[in-house]
Parts: sequence; C-alpha cells; structure tokens
Amino acid sequence: MTPAALATTDAVSTNAVSLAGLRHRYGATVALEDATLDIPAGASVAVIGPDGVGKSTLLGLIATAKRVQEGRIRVLGTDVTDRHGRDLLQPRIAFMPQGLGRNLYAELSVEENLQFFGRLFELDAARRRQRIDALLAATGLAPFPDRPAGKLSGGMKQKLGLCCALLHDPDLLILDEPTTGVDPLSRRQFWELIARIRAGRPGMTVLVATSYMDEAERFERVVMMNAGRLLADDTPAALKARHGVSDLEEAFIALLPDEARRGHERLVVPPRPADRDGAEPAIEARGLTRRFGDFTAVSDVSFRIGRGEIFGFLGSNGCGKTTTMKMLTGLLPATAGEARLFGRPLDANDRDGRRRVGYMAQAFSLYGELTVRQNLDLHARLFDLPDPAARLAGLVGRFGLVPYLDAVADRLPLGVRQRLSLAVAVLHEPELLILDEPTSGVDPVARDQFWRDLIALSRGQGVTIFVSTHFMNEAARCDRIAFMNAGRVIAAGPPDELRRQQQAETLDDAFIGFMRQEEALPLPPGERVGVMGMQGGKSRENLATPSPLPNPLLGGERGSLVSRRRLLAYAWRETLELRRDPVRLTVALLGTVLLMLVFGFGITMDVQDLTFAVLNHDRTPESRAYVEQYDGSRTFLATPPAADARDLALRLQRGEAALTVEIPEGFGRDLRRGRTPEVAVRIDGAMPFRAETIQGYVAGIHQRFIAEAAARAGVALPAGAAGLEMRYRYNQAFRSLDAMVPSTIGLLLVFIPAILAALGVVREKELGSITNLYVTPVTRLEFLLGKQLPYVGLASFNLLLMIVLAVTLFGVPVKGSLVGLLLGGLVYVAATTALGLLISVFTATQTAAVFGTAIVTMLPATQFSGMMQPVSTLEGGARLIGTLFPTTHFLKVSIGAFTKGLAFPELLPFILATAAFVPVLLALGVAFLPKQER
Amino acid sequence: MERFLRNSLTLARKEWISLLRDAFMLGFVVYSFTVSVYSQATGISHDLRNAAIAIVDEDRSTLSQRLASAFREPEFQAPAMIGHAEVDQAMDSARFTFVLDIPPGFEADVLAGRGPALQLLIDATAMMQAGIGAGTIQGVVDDEVGRFVRRGAEGAVAPVALQVRIAYNEALDTKWFTGTMSVVSNITMLAVLLAGAALIREREHGTLEHLLVMPVRPAEIMAAKVLANGAVILVMTLVALYGVLRALLSVPLAGSVPLFLAGTALYLFFATALGIFLGTVARSMPQMGLLFILIVLPMNMLSGGFTPLESEPPWLQAAMQLSPSTHFVAFAQAILFRGAGFDVVWPRFAATAGIGALFFAWSLARFRRHLASFR
Repeated sequence: MTPAALATTDAVSTNAVSLAGLRHRYGATVALEDATLDIPAGASVAVIGPDGVGKSTLLGLIATAKRVQEGRIRVLGTDVTDRHGRDLLQPRIAFMPQGLGRNLYAELSVEENLQFFGRLFELDAARRRQRIDALLAATGLAPFPDRPAGKLSGGMKQKLGLCCALLHDPDLLILDEPTTGVDPLSRRQFWELIARIRAGRPGMTVLVATSYMDEAERFERVVMMNAGRLLADDTPAALKARHGVSDLEEAFIALLPDEARRGHERLVVPPRPADRDGAEPAIEARGLTRRFGDFTAVSDVSFRIGRGEIFGFLGSNGCGKTTTMKMLTGLLPATAGEARLFGRPLDANDRDGRRRVGYMAQAFSLYGELTVRQNLDLHARLFDLPDPAARLAGLVGRFGLVPYLDAVADRLPLGVRQRLSLAVAVLHEPELLILDEPTSGVDPVARDQFWRDLIALSRGQGVTIFVSTHFMNEAARCDRIAFMNAGRVIAAGPPDELRRQQQAETLDDAFIGFMRQEEALPLPPGERVGVMGMQGGKSRENLATPSPLPNPLLGGERGSLVSRRRLLAYAWRETLELRRDPVRLTVALLGTVLLMLVFGFGITMDVQDLTFAVLNHDRTPESRAYVEQYDGSRTFLATPPAADARDLALRLQRGEAALTVEIPEGFGRDLRRGRTPEVAVRIDGAMPFRAETIQGYVAGIHQRFIAEAAARAGVALPAGAAGLEMRYRYNQAFRSLDAMVPSTIGLLLVFIPAILAALGVVREKELGSITNLYVTPVTRLEFLLGKQLPYVGLASFNLLLMIVLAVTLFGVPVKGSLVGLLLGGLVYVAATTALGLLISVFTATQTAAVFGTAIVTMLPATQFSGMMQPVSTLEGGARLIGTLFPTTHFLKVSIGAFTKGLAFPELLPFILATAAFVPVLLALGVAFLPKQER
Repeated sequence: MERFLRNSLTLARKEWISLLRDAFMLGFVVYSFTVSVYSQATGISHDLRNAAIAIVDEDRSTLSQRLASAFREPEFQAPAMIGHAEVDQAMDSARFTFVLDIPPGFEADVLAGRGPALQLLIDATAMMQAGIGAGTIQGVVDDEVGRFVRRGAEGAVAPVALQVRIAYNEALDTKWFTGTMSVVSNITMLAVLLAGAALIREREHGTLEHLLVMPVRPAEIMAAKVLANGAVILVMTLVALYGVLRALLSVPLAGSVPLFLAGTALYLFFATALGIFLGTVARSMPQMGLLFILIVLPMNMLSGGFTPLESEPPWLQAAMQLSPSTHFVAFAQAILFRGAGFDVVWPRFAATAGIGALFFAWSLARFRRHLASFR
C-alpha cells in the first residue's frame, strides 16, 4: 500500500470503526442483533458482558475474521465486505482471539512464534530482529526466547500474543478477553503495558472485550452487551452515575431487561453460626505437595476448613487450585504431605468415603448427550440412594430444573447446566462440597442465583463448601479465602482481614500486595516452582524502562501472486511442529515402511503350501504312484493319510486340509484293465480364489500322472489340435511380490501423506490458529502450499525408503528408469498431499480428517486404480473414478518402472498425467477454503 | 459382586444412550454392517469379468475370426484387433491384460493336423486376473478349435477320470467369501473403534474423572464399556448375517449362527479391550486413528480373512497365532462356510478366550494405571 492510498482511505472518516445495523446468526441462534456503533480513531473501548452474549462475534466481524452477514462495517475507512479493501486493511489491524494463547503455536518457542508472525507480515530479517527485540524487552519476555509458548504461564502467553499482534505496528488493536484466567498481578501488568504502548503511539485505536467488568474502568468508553444487543455505550463514570451504583457490574445488572433481572436482589451472606468452630475440621491439609516430573504444581500447602464454612480459593489458571482440589477428592495422590477429611486420613480407595464428598469439576463434566433426568438418574443409581424418586423430585424443584427435565444437557444455557452440576454434586447429600470454578463464564444474575444456593446449603444444612474462583466479588462472599500463586498459598484468612493486612482498598489490590511480598522472598534452593510450566511471578519482568517502539514500515513485494516469505513461513512452522509431535512424526517417517512390510509379507496372491489328505482304498503301486504326484509337488504339503471317509470329511471341515484326494478300491486293477477308475478330489471352497487355483493345480497333476503312465506303458496319447503357448510378460515367474510391491508403494503414498496433510490443516481449525489465516495478509494459496511443502518432502523420503526396501528386502529390482520412478513419485506425492489438503477444507475435526481421508483415499486406490482389477476392465462410474484418481496413473509409472522395465520416454506420459492432478487439486483447495469464518 | 453387576449395567445403559445420541458414530456402525458389507461383497470380484483382450490376427482365416468372436461377455470385453507393432505399447500402458497372437497359416496347419501353437501374452503384473484368465482362454481356444475340426465331442478316452468337487461353495461364488469376511473384519474394526472412542470421549469431556469421585471402580467402568459396545456389535452382526448375507447375497450360512455368535462374544472381549488399551495410549481421537492404522489394520489384514494364512512366511504365521483375530477368522470360516460344530472349533474358541482374557486383564491393569496417572 502506498502512503497516498492510506491517506485517502483515512480521509473518509475519523472513526476507526463504524457499524450500522449489524446482524449475525449461527443457524437459528442470533448472536448479534442490530448493532450500531462508532468508535473514534485513537480511542480505547471496552466491550463488557458475560459469556455468550456476542462479544466475540462483534470483535471477529470487526477484525475481518468473520464474514459479514447483514449490516455495514467500515474499519479504518474501508468497507470490510470488499475483498480488495480487506487485503489492504489487514496489515493495519491486529487481532488476538479469545483463549489463552489461542493464536499462538504451543510447540513453537517465543522467538519462533514472533519470527513466524513477522514473516507473515513480510518484515525482512533486520526489521524483524529490531521489532522483536524491542517488544520482548517491553513485555519482559526477553529472558525466555527459547521457551515453548505452550509452557508459558497464562499471563506470559497473553503478553506473547500481544507482541505477535503488535509486531507489524497496527493502527487498530483488537483484543478478545485477553486477561481471562490470568492472575491479578499479570492482569494489571498487561493493562499497564497496553497503556504505555498507547502513550507511545496515540493514533492507535484499542478495542477490548472482557468479562471482568471492573477492568473496564480503565477505558475511555464502555460498551455493554447482553443477548446480542448493545445495551449502552458511554464513559464508565457516566454509566455508574446514571444508575447511581458504585461499580460497573451493578450498572450492568441495572441495564438488563426486567425479565432477565427478575428475582435479582442484592446478595446477603448471613453470618456463620459460631458454635461449629469447636468440632473436628472438615478438611485439614498439612504440607500438601504435588510434583509432575520435575515440575512442582502444588508446593507445601496447608489449611484448615471448619465444618459449615465457605472457603474460597483464589488464583490464576494453572496456579495449582485444581491440582489441590483433585488431591482432596482422592483423584490425584499427593507427592508429599497429608490431608484429613473429617479427621480421617484421605484414602483414594475408600469408596464409602466418597459418599461424604460432592465434587464439581472445572468444566461441565456431566454427560452432555444425556438429558437432565438421565444424568440425575445415573448418579442416583451409582450412589445407590435408598429412595431415589423422592430425592430427585426434591432436588429438581429446589434447583429449578423442572422445565428442563427432558432436555439434553448440552443444549442447556450455561447457568442451568451449572445448577444441574450442583444438583448432581449434592445428590447424595454430602457433608463437603468441592467446587472448582463453578461460575466461570456464567452471567452475573445466574452467578448470584448459584451463590444463593451455596449459601443455603452452608447456612441451612451445615454443608462445608470449598470453592475456587477468579472473581474477586465472589471471594468477598466467602467466610475465609486463600490466595494461591505459583503452587503456594500466599495468604489465607477472612477477606476483610486480608485487605486490612495489605491496607488495600479491594481484594484485587490485596492479592497483588501479597504477590509482590512473596516475590521479594528468595526461592527455596533447588526448587523450581511455577504455574504449569513456570509462572511470570518469579520472572522479574522489566516494566520500569519502557523502550520506544521503532516506527515500522510496511514492507514486502506487492502485486505478486505468491509471497515466498509467507509461504516459507508456513512451511518452516509446519516442519517445526511436526518435528515436535512424536506420534505424527513416527507415522510420517515409518508408517509407510511398516505397512509395506505387512502388505509385502501378508498380502499375496500366491497359493502355496496347500495341505492335502489322502484316503487310499487301493494300496497298489499304481495308486501310490498317483499320490506321489502330490507328495512330489512343491505346492502341496502332505498331512497324515485319513483313516476313513468320515475322517477325511472332518479334515476338510476343520481346515486341516485344503483338499482331499480319495482313490477308489481297485484303482490299480481298473487302470491296468483300461476301465478308467475315478479319483475323487474335494477342494475347500471357502476361499473361492484359492479353490479356483487349486483346481488348476489338481488338473495339472492329474494330467502329468496320465502322461507318465502312458509313457511307461508306451502308449501315445492323442495330441490336441492346437496348442496354446503362454508367455507371462514382465513377471515370468508369476511372483505375487513383483506385482504387489509396486502397487503397494502407490497405495501407501496416497494413504498416509494425504492423512497427514489433512491433519495439518484441520489441527489449525481445531486449535484456533486458523484465525491467523483469516486476519493476516497470507493468501489461501500461500497457506496451502506452505502446509504442503513439508509433507511432500516427507513423502518423498518415504518413497526412497520404500524403493530401497523393495529392492533389498523383497528382491524386486527396478528394471526400468529409476529417474522416471523418482520423478513420477515426486509429482504423485505432490498430488496426494494436495488431495489431503482438499479434503481438509471440508472437514471440521481432526477425527473426521483421519477417518474421512482414509475412506476417501483407500476405496478408489484399492478398487478403482488397477491394484486388484485392471482399470481396463472397469465400467461406468468405477472407470470414471479410476481415471480421475491420481493413483491409477502413478501405478502405471510404478509398475512400468519396476516390473515392466520401461525407459524414461515410455514413462513420461504417465508422469505427465499424474502431474496434471497437482494444479487442479490445489486450485480446488484454494477455491473452497474460506478466507473468513462464517 | 451384585454391586459390580449393577454398577456395570447402569454405566452400560449410559453408554447406549450416548451412542444413540451420537448420530455420526451410530451411522458409521450401521453403515459398516450393511452398506459396506454389501458393496464389498459385490464390488471386489475374483471372477474373470470384463477382461481386456486384444488379438493380433496374422492368419485372417475363418478359424481366426471364429476365435475372435468366441471371447464374449461377461468374461471378456469384445476383443480389439491390433497390429504386431502396437503390442508393446498397448501392454506397457496396461490397456490389455491379454494379447492373443494367431500366427500366419494357423488354420491350414490345424486342418493339416500339424498342431500349430497360438501365443498368448499375459500381463503378469495383474496377478489375479492373469492367473484365472489364462485358464479360461485355454478352454475357449480348445473348444473353438475342437468344434472347427468337427472332431466330435469325445477325444481319446483318458485312462484315469478325475472328479473334482468344490466343497461348501460349489459355484465358487466369491460374494459368499468377501461378504462374510467383510462382516468378520468389520467386527474387529468397529469393536476396537467404538470402545476406544467411548473412552477418549469420556476423557475429553472430563466425565471419566467425574465417575472416579463416585463410588465406582475402574473395573466397573471398563466392564461397562466392554459390555455396552460388545452388545451393539453383536446385534449388528446379527443384522449383517441375516439382513445382508442371507437375504441380499443369498449366502447359505452353513453352520450354527448361535455358535458363531457365542464365539464372537468371546472375541469381543479381546477386541473391545484392545480398543480401551489404544484409548489409554492415544491422547486424542486423531492419534487413535493413526494408531489404528499402524496396529489394527495390519492385524486385520494378516489374520487370514483377506489372503490365505499359509501364504505368509512361517515366522509371520507363528506370530499371528498369538492374535485372537486369527482364531476368530479361522472359526468364522469353519462355522459359516464348512458348517463345523463345537467339537471342531473348540480349540479356536479356547485360544480366543485364553489370549483374550490375558489381554483383558493386562488392559484393565493399564486402564487402572491410566486413571491413577490422571492430572
């Protein structure tokens, strides 16, 4: 883009984003309803609302990741429905999708991730180095360039995501819930970082979605959303003032329509009766520790929870909350330390002990495909409740599940699902409830309802509740809380007490205070403590010295169809990922060889070592001579002679003999007298192909006996009128291997490379990094070719391996042109990997990609490509499929080069036919691969 | 024990409901035991059909023309008449599997009793067709030449007569074999897949962990999966046997179907346990798919259901005796084709049950460890 073009597009409007009448639906579900909004250039705007209200849809549409269905969006003056406009727009925006490290590549290191994004935006090596260094320094990630992104803490992942987004210095930065699941200190640091970057580049517009409503206070404007509608758009102060409330969450509840708010009132927690404190504690943990390998997830955690108490556990994703809870449920044994439940040591094998505990795992972990009634019923049976009907009736009434009894759990609203989980957890009336982040993603009204249920359980029935959360306002409702960070409990006590200790205004501040205090302590020697793969808490992040970000230039060749740099960026990244995935790599390197061994040794059309049993009623030299014909044949294997006719029949039935030979009484005598005795042969017809071949062998042996007998007797047999001289061409010995091995190479080179190539693309769809294709300047062709390149290389390597195996182990030499075989193989694997890519375009999950590709490639390759039946015998649809499938043409190359001994010029037409598939399949892939999400 | 059964049944019922709601998996199971069996049985034929043949007629006589018109459908396509020069190119590009060369003066030589020879070129890279086709062509030539010289039906009387009977499948109908064997191989594939997928699905959804905090033992969870998925496969096997093999493909089902089902039930212990084993190894469904290709596919192909076991190298045959799938294929063939009774197949049953039980126990131990190592 030229500076002039920039200037003209910017001149159209001073709004960075301008929406009018935007609607979006997924099937019957409306995600966005008539959204109209203007965001001035240079502003900072937060979109708030609970999960599932349409925030991500709105941001995705603005970021050009999703296709506009209805309405108008102008971003930086460009209409996003215009494809050409989008191409020019994408280098100017940056988008970080929802989910920790969602657009990052977990197997790649920090540096590799950044390098990849730099190449996507076509920054040259020098500029990449400069930008990466500056951003790493600014975010405090500089000490960890080699750590894989998947092993970073949540906070560090999000910082890396931000670096990747800022690498090309965008004019519009779109962040979808960047701090969800991140600890309070990292969260605060993240926002400080954003503020500093904005200060350094005032023109940049920042648009953020968040479900932590308190975070929105720092933004110039707040847009509130509920059920697909924009409820309000104003400054935080104005919003609070308008409803006369003190925080944004209350302002949000005040804005909700009446029916959504019905029954909502301020939640009051009645004080806990004091007399229970004297009793045995419900939970007592002493020095609880859990290590995974050399990583300590939970380190020396001790606490006591009294009976009937509500005890809250606070901390970021991966700080050890879940691990601690799992140890207390007996799901996970502790590495060290001790836990007592109700005064008894915890025993994972104590099945009756489980009846005193109810557990609700972090995600919804009931059977989504079962109805509410079926879920409850299943648990009632497993807990062996004495009167399940009465108990269930009471529960569904109390938790408001009556209207949903026969609904499938997966289709329930999140809030109802959480109530169902709670109902299941308390089904067997446990004395202790362990709830792992039960309210994450639930809207504020449903959350309050949920807490009302918890309070009733605690205060009404004296149930002890151990709950983890990352919402500070929920923590404030607990009797006591513990702050957890990097596997340790850094503080515990009543919420007000903890605030007082740090002289903090909010719990958030108190938490940060404790974290800073903890950081000042030295690490215990020899211990590596951290959040699942090390936490930012211990990494001194350099925030004090903001380095000025260098001014970027949009670089790179424009106008060419394919950017080599972007294409190679994808190829390079795919290779790195493959190298770090042992299962895929093993299959890619050795899968074909293993299967070739199986096919070569196992699948043979040779019929040999046929067992036979004889029942000889005659026992004359003549009959013995007849049997000798069989004994002497290399094809047949003798088994002991049969005793009688019944035995003979049984041998065949048992499969001990493939054929039986019965020689009648008086065989020798009749033969001598020329009375034509009759030998009865029975062949096992279970395997028709084998039986037919045996039939031929038997006829041959019989003829030979006659000829020899005639020769001995000096009799001339009448010659036939005409002979038929058979010449088995290409494979004189008529050896199965010579025919099978070249075909097997063709079959395996479509099967495995296609599956791997398809997986490569569909993995990105499942993991979410496909978003990078949607929102960056990379084109579909660059994406597909980049993905294909490593697999073409691997498949070529497999081709070489299989040729070596064919020649050395199976003794099938390449009689014709080796160059032709190699060239043909190369274009063939280019075609088969392109076929895999094409299939991947139509599949949504990796599972479907594996099985779908297997079916789509195996069937035509084995049945219509000449492996079993020559293509020349096929008719109609089968013939058409055969002709339009690359394997048919490569088999001619492979068999031609191996067995038929064809020279290069004779192979060339087949090679060219195979090559023709490559551009066609790729073009189809490009045509059907969406560049935007629907 | 009573509690074990009750819990296993409760959990098995849950498996069935889950499967019924999983339209994709259910569709795949039904497809595998109906459409797939039918299409495999009717699709791959080992009979000679539609073979491509060319004739180089250097004689251009009445006899050579009669020969040419003797190759008829359905065994042969109408023969193409080609010249000598085209032979190599045509065979190199696999246009014809057979080329019959009739030499000049063939008819005259036949009539003169000089016993001339025709030459048949066979593309030996098309193994299956080449083998069967050569014999058929020999017969066609003998018949046609014999009729031409009007020798009468009888040649000289052979000193010994040969009476060959094909037992169990007199007409050598390949549909019987491929149809039945595809049921047998699909039993293995689907049992492994269903059980493995059921485990992986529970793990991915977190429901497995949820079960573990309840008074349920790992053995009950595994028993429920074996029971539920095994039962589904057994029912579908019945559907395939009666609905597809007997009704659509007219396979006679020689032996006792209850006996076969009893053997299948024994085998399913092994197959579902293998599925669960793979489910503990694979981290995800796609990995399961890749492992399936590397382990189950070869096991299935080498068990004797596709090609005769005795054609494998001896060491491989011996190794395959350790796999219950080999015994399963053997007793399936014995019962369904040869009508064998329990007295014949019991050693196979014993091997299937014995190896299956060992594997089941080992799989259960692994499953327990797998659950314990959960994080």
